[in-house]
Amino acid sequence: MKTLLSYSFSSLAKHLHNLLQNILGGGILLTVTELVIVGVCLLVFLILLAFFLGYMERKVAAFMEIRLGPNRVGPKGTLQIVADTVKLLFKEGFTPDAADKFLFNLAPGIIITTALLAVAPIAFAKGFQIWDINIGVLYISSVSSMAVIGILMAGWSSSNKYSLIGAMRCGAQIVSYELSIGLSLVSIVVLTGSLSLNDIVESQANGWWIFKGHIPVMIAFVVFVIASTAEINRAPFDLVEADQELTGGFNTEYAGMKFAMFLMAEYINLFVVSAVAATIFLGGWMPFHIGGMTGFNHIMDYIPSSIWFFGKTLFIIFIIMQFRWTFPRLRIDQLLNLEWKYLLPISMVNVLIVTLMAIMGWHF
Amino acid sequence: MLLGEEDYITEDGEFVINMGPQHPSTHGVLRLKVWLDGETIKKVEPHLGYIHRSIEKMSESLSYRQYGYLTSRMDYLSAHINNLACALVVEKALQVEVPARAQAIRIIISELTRIGSHLLWFASAGLDLGGVTPFFYAFREREAINSIMDENCGARLTQNFMVPGGIIYDVRPDFQSRVKEVLKQFKDNFHEYNEILTGNVIFQNRLKDVGILTKEDAIAFGCTGPTARASGLNCDIRKMYPYDGYEKLQFDEVISTGCDSWARYEVRMAEMLQSVRIIEQLIDNIPEGDIVAKTKNVIKLPKGEFYQRVETARGELGVYIVSDGGSTPYRCKYRSPNFANLSAIPHIARGYKIGDLIAIMATIDLIIPDIDR
Repeated sequence: MKTLLSYSFSSLAKHLHNLLQNILGGGILLTVTELVIVGVCLLVFLILLAFFLGYMERKVAAFMEIRLGPNRVGPKGTLQIVADTVKLLFKEGFTPDAADKFLFNLAPGIIITTALLAVAPIAFAKGFQIWDINIGVLYISSVSSMAVIGILMAGWSSSNKYSLIGAMRCGAQIVSYELSIGLSLVSIVVLTGSLSLNDIVESQANGWWIFKGHIPVMIAFVVFVIASTAEINRAPFDLVEADQELTGGFNTEYAGMKFAMFLMAEYINLFVVSAVAATIFLGGWMPFHIGGMTGFNHIMDYIPSSIWFFGKTLFIIFIIMQFRWTFPRLRIDQLLNLEWKYLLPISMVNVLIVTLMAIMGWHF
Repeated sequence: MLLGEEDYITEDGEFVINMGPQHPSTHGVLRLKVWLDGETIKKVEPHLGYIHRSIEKMSESLSYRQYGYLTSRMDYLSAHINNLACALVVEKALQVEVPARAQAIRIIISELTRIGSHLLWFASAGLDLGGVTPFFYAFREREAINSIMDENCGARLTQNFMVPGGIIYDVRPDFQSRVKEVLKQFKDNFHEYNEILTGNVIFQNRLKDVGILTKEDAIAFGCTGPTARASGLNCDIRKMYPYDGYEKLQFDEVISTGCDSWARYEVRMAEMLQSVRIIEQLIDNIPEGDIVAKTKNVIKLPKGEFYQRVETARGELGVYIVSDGGSTPYRCKYRSPNFANLSAIPHIARGYKIGDLIAIMATIDLIIPDIDR
């Protein structure tokens, strides 16, 4: 029985594609038009998302810190972030005299581009995916690791000693934590047998991996959340910025829109890692299903798939935001110890156990 | 100028950064020149003088009633205790008996100041180590203490209440109930501080075995206050040289032998509770009577030298007055606790990471205007 609510967006996309084909005919023009439409929609969506996450972060912070948060501009302070953006827009895009001007201005672009690229294979709802690439997991982990180039570039070209220390920390930090992220992703890839995010979501139709995979997958999930918090440089792993030590780290010298780009990239990265965690471990857009209970599963199907996806993603974002407002910052050697002495060995053993589980078919 | 040019790296390949005068974690205009090898600190050199206001020289042209007011601008978090030191030295020289009511109120206000100061230290220590939330927790109680100060002496910062011979005004009628209210709020919320920061593994690891200040070093550098008590040094002036009625009160001198930043943290946390204990002994027993002893309109100290020390929130504050018999000090010298405590930083920070320097500065709890005066 196909209900309206389990509607797949792929038929909508096909319809639009056919419509455009009729108007423009086939060929390069059609491809370019479609790319532009998707690109503009994606950009608008991500800017709105960054606004929303900025607002959410302030409200979560206020909630943790027994205060009210923004409540003056617009209803419940919702337009505060717009006001801030307008302010950043009108600020002078200052470039220090001693900076390497080309690299200095290129760095924000690189960081935001890598953040945007990683959004491509994520399935927002059933059939609603920009690029159904069959190596989705590999693609995301490789693209998001390129952010380190942008940060290194920003820190190095600023010609500021604090920025340079921040950039060097970034190199050590992101390169280390990628290993754990990769290994926890591998554990699900082993269980699913596919690198495509779509296949991974489909494989969770009778239960999410975090429930099906017993304790090893839960460990992988926890490792993934910790490591991805470090990967996107959020507190308590924000050593790259470390206001109190490095006065802002790699973005010390940036102002105006260039700084806003770093900020936006941070929120988009936050969304990406949360979305990936939701997709891989919590079933993405897949409703909460219990294998065998058809009636219950049908009821769950009535909740639209996009709500499932965004609900799970926001839940993980909320957890990562709570980290920031609860924990003090680690020291650089403690940060690296955590990765090389704890997370990496744990995830290596974990991958072995998961592989054994997959071979023996011990999971549900 | 790009990297590789001489300004950035010394001949030994050391990386020199200036932490301050404008830096988020120096809490003021202190400049630390730091030689780094990677992230490791090779050498720290404090540069002072950015907020020198010549308070000692200015005191020479102010009368004995006036000169104490400048001390609120030294260690602004211990303003009342600084004022008390100035009042005490005049009383000592004139051999004035301070009324019992004034003494009790002075101690209550001093200990409230100490709690407020340690709360601000707790807030900023959390902030320096990257935890923003403890800041708001501590400020909730500090605001309540500040309101009491506000109601009774009219200021929230740079407070002035102690005058030679007693206190300047009597406290408001609801003083006792307000103080009890604040103490109750503080005690009820104290467990939240332990939950958010003390019990946090990351926080403990950041402080433990960081910035070891041995007892010998503490003595050699002249460290006082919680900083030295965390190194096992008995140096509480309230116990060693009691003043103003502290000898009648029951309280413990908090001593730790940990010598590291974590010990300094624990000592300060425990000191807040001791201050609460002191206030609780007095708040219901404030005697009736005068609030200020009779002194001449123009105070003239006898010829000679006078010294009085008190225990501020950061250590021993000494006021040294040389009088030529006139109505203004001939020479006034303050022995400030922060200057001595700062001198330990270059020694104890060597070999640690940049993040540790921040932790050391946070737990030594420097107030920069007190260093320069």
